[in-house]
Amino acid sequence: MAEFFNMGGYALYVWGSFGVTALLMVAEPLLIRNRRKAALQRAARLTRIRSEESS
Amino acid sequence: MANNFINWFKFSSPASFYPLAGRFSLWSSWITVIMLAVGLYLSFFVAPTDYKQGEGYRIIFVHVPAAWMSMIIYLAMALWAAIGLIYNTRMSFMMMKALAPTGAMFTFLALWTGAFWGKPMWGAWWVWDARLTSELILLFLYLGFMALQSATDDVRRGDRAGAILVLVGVINIPIIYFSVKWWNTLHQGASVSVTQGSSMASIMLNTMLLMAVAFWFYTFAVVFHRVRSIILEREADTTWVSELSEVKALERGS
Repeated sequence: MAEFFNMGGYALYVWGSFGVTALLMVAEPLLIRNRRKAALQRAARLTRIRSEESS
Repeated sequence: MANNFINWFKFSSPASFYPLAGRFSLWSSWITVIMLAVGLYLSFFVAPTDYKQGEGYRIIFVHVPAAWMSMIIYLAMALWAAIGLIYNTRMSFMMMKALAPTGAMFTFLALWTGAFWGKPMWGAWWVWDARLTSELILLFLYLGFMALQSATDDVRRGDRAGAILVLVGVINIPIIYFSVKWWNTLHQGASVSVTQGSSMASIMLNTMLLMAVAFWFYTFAVVFHRVRSIILEREADTTWVSELSEVKALERGS
């Protein structure tokens, strides 16, 4: 196990590469989820304002 | 004749592309998760230790796919930019815009994992070599495009200006790709070549190709998801958006 994480002495480089790649590829979908939430809320607010104006 | 002709222009309308993009994104997400799981297993437990670089070479399994995606996404942006300028279709510009952050991310990752590979093998995090420098310029092109898009409130002018920037910058892609041939670079030549085949052992090559396909599907998943938000942002005042079930649910709930 320890030998696996040591990566033959290349631990910093291998995990530094895979770690940051994984971090960004998890972070990006989360950021997109937030953007979708904000966009939906804005669309709902605009819809409500319009329906209030027309009634 | 008319029956087997798909009307592609139908999907150039945001209202019909929005649900389609949702389905693309969902399916691509599942394929990405499965392929990444298999790809990572092969990367660490099946692919053998390299006789020259030991375990350090395993960086290739993220470095090369990220670098490929950084260029492919730019080409896709350029294609959408050209279609948008020629046909003046709104969806094309939205696709162009949706691709940029993911392209910038993969460009950053190509540079980052390259630095973490260069340090142990060359003894330097960075050198001003033609391959590395042209890839850095690609990152600036992505960042410049995103800055330009966010700098203007006029959507149509922003789209056209962005599209022209992307098309001018496309000259950088062949420069990146051929840099290792045209100049004497510290960066090694292509591991996989269309004309000469591959210089790698087949299990290493197959693992790398699998990771590359996984990154493709990741890109489909996030870009089609992001473009849905862009559609919502731009079409928020239309009737079809106000009639979406997800918008109605929020409208009643608040």
